[in-house]
Amino acid sequence: MAKPIASIVSAGISKFGVREGLYTRELFAEAAKDAFDQCPNLNPRRDVKALFVGMMSDSYEHQAHVAPLFLDWIGLTPIPAFRTEAACASSSVAMRSALFAIASGMYDVVLVGGVEKMTHVSTTGVTEILAMASDFPFEQWHGISFPGIFGMMAVDHMHRYGTTEEQMAKVAVKNHDHGVLNPKAHFQKRITVDEVLTSRPVAWPLKLYDCCPRSDGASCLVMTSPEIARRFTDTPVNVIGSGQAQDTLSLFDRENFSSMKVTRIAAGQAYKRAGVGPADIDVAELHDCFTIAEIIAYEDLGFCEQGKGGRLIDEGVTHLGGKLPTNTSGGLKAKGHPVGATGTAQACEIYLQLTNQAGRRQVAGAEVGLTENVGGSASTGVVQIYKRGD
Amino acid sequence: MAESKTDKDSFIRDENGVILPIIENFYRFCGQRKLMGVKCSKCHAVMWPPRAKCGKCFGYNFEWVEFQGKGELITYTIIHFPPTQFQALAPYAVGIVKLTEGPQLPGMIRYVKLEDLRIGLKLQVDFESTIPKDWPRWPRYFFKALN
Repeated sequence: MAKPIASIVSAGISKFGVREGLYTRELFAEAAKDAFDQCPNLNPRRDVKALFVGMMSDSYEHQAHVAPLFLDWIGLTPIPAFRTEAACASSSVAMRSALFAIASGMYDVVLVGGVEKMTHVSTTGVTEILAMASDFPFEQWHGISFPGIFGMMAVDHMHRYGTTEEQMAKVAVKNHDHGVLNPKAHFQKRITVDEVLTSRPVAWPLKLYDCCPRSDGASCLVMTSPEIARRFTDTPVNVIGSGQAQDTLSLFDRENFSSMKVTRIAAGQAYKRAGVGPADIDVAELHDCFTIAEIIAYEDLGFCEQGKGGRLIDEGVTHLGGKLPTNTSGGLKAKGHPVGATGTAQACEIYLQLTNQAGRRQVAGAEVGLTENVGGSASTGVVQIYKRGD
Repeated sequence: MAESKTDKDSFIRDENGVILPIIENFYRFCGQRKLMGVKCSKCHAVMWPPRAKCGKCFGYNFEWVEFQGKGELITYTIIHFPPTQFQALAPYAVGIVKLTEGPQLPGMIRYVKLEDLRIGLKLQVDFESTIPKDWPRWPRYFFKALN
């Protein structure tokens, strides 16, 4: 396997869910404190050289220019702070920016994270803010919501491959099963296939329980150059592969609505850099903003053949205890999807898994993990591969 | 073509009077009940929406072409939970229509029973007659069953 690009020496995550009265800066500080508390060898004011943070929208809190704000709230001014925006992949892009900073030799220790505060805004308000990541004159203008975009992908997948609403429902059921085991998850309750199928329609064939909730939360990683990682921990997790690709902002211009080209390209880059293939992955966090997206991810990541994603969930392969558990955190569906926090929250879960700290949801002996995060209608795709430090 | 650049209802033009291949002009054509795309002067690729560079040959000269507005539904969904301004219409159908000329257009599908929606449905374009008072003053196109 390849030599590491960078190492993760600590990870922190706030409780996800409805966090009444807390602002993004406070949620971010909660995640940063969690990361710092777990890394006693780190002196943040002395060691951390830069902050990279992902957040999608300024509209929720009427607050822009958040990078210095978050930095201030964790007491780390005057180091440089960078904010990235790539819709639901905002903090994965922050993480890649951190990788560049570390690989270039510019900074040896950086803080990377993401945050969003959504639940104080009404569901229709959130729908509108999220829709800003779609094409205004050709999607928003015609009443196409984000669930609508993924609904169109689902209809195409059903038509092309015979994927069923029941198979999509099973993704939600699995991720809720996992969420029960994660004390930081937004939802910690099991649901049934029947409950998913009879939940109220949002964008047919997607129903309420096919959709991730709106959530508040933040996540955070301390990343270092691989050479100095052991100053801070005996159990670093190395990033050994990283890929990113972009596609059209809107869905309509694509050749195929049943596959995310960005994921396929980013995965190809990440697997190549890491020197591993899909069969080497022990645990993965996937972008299940809507259940169909996890089924498509199985296919685009090479976990199964194109069109066979529905069968993979039927066979239980991706359930805890299966051969390749996915979304052990509960995924976006049950852990929650505070948009900007999601990318680094996925990395947090893989860090916990590969350092054997995932508690009741631990995948025994997990050594190699993967995260897949998409922004918008898969206009941004980021895939990263992690290996337990030897 | 005697319209000047300052005429209220005119198109946005370059200094030679050529109607620029931009989104605003696409919607101004919709106001004239015309569904327009652009053709690259160099490689003749037909593109929609209009844009500054040809995606195929990187050419940057275009001429406007009018589409017949007929095509086939290639995917769709039924929106039950819409953004605020569309709430009165819900549930409504949106989809992607592949025109006979090639381009794929997203849009609302109206005057078709929701239970009759299926991939392959033949559709044709139509236009709303109202133009919004505030920005963006874009009359919407939509699709309905082919007569």
